[in-house]
Amino acid sequence: MIDGQNKSPIIRMFHVYKNYGAKKALVNITLDIPKNELLFISGPSGAGKTTLLKLLYLGEKVSEGQILIEGMNLSRISHKRIPLLRRKYGIIFQDYKLIATKTIFDNVAIVLEATGKKRRFIEKKVKSILRTVGMEESLHSFPPSLSGGEQQRIAVARAIVGDPKIILADEPTGNLDEVSANIILDLLKRFHTRGATVIIATHDKELIRKTGGRVIHLNQGYMQKTTNVESYINDSQL
Amino acid sequence: MIHNYKRAIQDIRDHRFLNSVTIITIAISILIVSSFALFFVNANDIINSWKKGIKIMVYLKPDTPETKISKLIHKIQHMDGIRDVRFISKNEAFQELKKQMKRQPSLFENLKENPLPDAFEIRLKISFQNQEKVEILATRLESFPQIDEVEYGQRWLGQFTNFFNLFRLTGYAMGGLFFIATLLIVANTIRLVLYSRRDEVEIMRLVGATDSFIKAPFYIQGLIQGAFGGIIGLATLFVGFLLLSSSMERGISPGLFAIRFLSTGAFCGIILGSTFVGWIGCYLSLKQFLK
Ligand SMILES: Nc1ncnc2c1ncn2[C@@H]1O[C@H](COP(=O)(O)OP(=O)(O)OP(=O)(O)O)[C@@H](O)[C@H]1O
Ligand SMILES: [Mg+2]
Repeated sequence: MIDGQNKSPIIRMFHVYKNYGAKKALVNITLDIPKNELLFISGPSGAGKTTLLKLLYLGEKVSEGQILIEGMNLSRISHKRIPLLRRKYGIIFQDYKLIATKTIFDNVAIVLEATGKKRRFIEKKVKSILRTVGMEESLHSFPPSLSGGEQQRIAVARAIVGDPKIILADEPTGNLDEVSANIILDLLKRFHTRGATVIIATHDKELIRKTGGRVIHLNQGYMQKTTNVESYINDSQL
Repeated sequence: MIHNYKRAIQDIRDHRFLNSVTIITIAISILIVSSFALFFVNANDIINSWKKGIKIMVYLKPDTPETKISKLIHKIQHMDGIRDVRFISKNEAFQELKKQMKRQPSLFENLKENPLPDAFEIRLKISFQNQEKVEILATRLESFPQIDEVEYGQRWLGQFTNFFNLFRLTGYAMGGLFFIATLLIVANTIRLVLYSRRDEVEIMRLVGATDSFIKAPFYIQGLIQGAFGGIIGLATLFVGFLLLSSSMERGISPGLFAIRFLSTGAFCGIILGSTFVGWIGCYLSLKQFLK
């Protein structure tokens, strides 16, 4: 269901800092992300895009500040409930994080297995997702035998197979030619129109221009601007 | 659940060498510990049968008149610790002897008269079936004038029982040591498997798998290792047992030692025990690994 009116924030960040030792990866980030938003996080390499996503799924802990996901305070969440938090997300990792010793099918299926879905359902769903990303031929291959772009498509398939509320995509088209990139982009947009909140970290301006949505710009850990795509593209300074 | 089994089997296949080494180690430990158990069971049987047979033989002086004999029986029956007294006349004893040695009748042909004395066979109450009390009773019996000789063949039984108890203690200690060693080995295998799968475990967590989902196949793996190790160890022991008992049957003492294998209960107990070792070894390494 599309609910354009419902703009209550699904993610809220208040004065968030993240330091890796002395290195300041994120500085004073305050950001509300409404439900069903399509949001880009842009910025040059090392700006802190991946770090910001990591904080959201508790891949890293904040150094200071608060993050609320659907009202759940990440600083207070118990260890036991972390899996529940992560199931809200479909995550496309910048480095894909595929399991090299498992087949493509198993790599994607694991998300559904972990939530105790029925075997029959898993078979159907995984095959259909792999078809969507154009990888149905590679069902029984292993990740290392695939090209970078093919691995990326598997990573996308895994991220969306569980119908997550929120998609975190870290350079989802980084390794893809234009055609494959468009397929992925269409997929993400389709999830967005179906009601998911989609957050894409990228430094690919072309991707941002094609897609539209809100853009926040990071530079050396500082959030510099939050704008819409039009002004982002026109802003020669970025 | 079926899915967890599949993952566990896959893990074992992927780490065939590691798992074989673990299973073999468990099997060897089980083999050693259960051979001890087997030895104890049988030694215990023998000792018990000896204990049950603790009796005092009293040989009377030749030509003790019958009246004296029945008085004596009466007296002995009223002593402390006596269960029953059976009079064995020398004729009875001679017939018994002949029967036992009927293959060598020539032995008796030249015998002009019965060389055996009259005797009492005295059985003791259970509370008196131990070294000191038997000795006390024996000396008291020896003091009767009509009694020629008192014999209790198990003088050495006391010492042997002590020795046996010490041996048993050693057995327990060794069992304990093997338990710990096996535990560490299982824990270590699982740790190595976990280590080689740390990326996978990390990824599973990132996609929302719970710890119990991640742990389940490892537990199953530990259980399988323990059970297989136990079964292989006991099977080896059983083969050894068959070889030993058949060679004993062919040997000198047929029927003397009817050695028996572990009872079904002990058998199942050992397998359960080794399965438990697999489980707890797994628990230890998982506890360390997945904080
Ligand atoms: N685990 C870490 N330990 C130490 N420093 C880190 C760690 N992860 C990231 N950093 C540093 O934090 C800064 C932000 O890194 P981050 O990965 O978030 O950048 P990014 O915007 O995703 O860059 P890219 O576009 O290259 O992926 C970088 O300077 C990086 O070196
Ligand atoms: Mg990055």
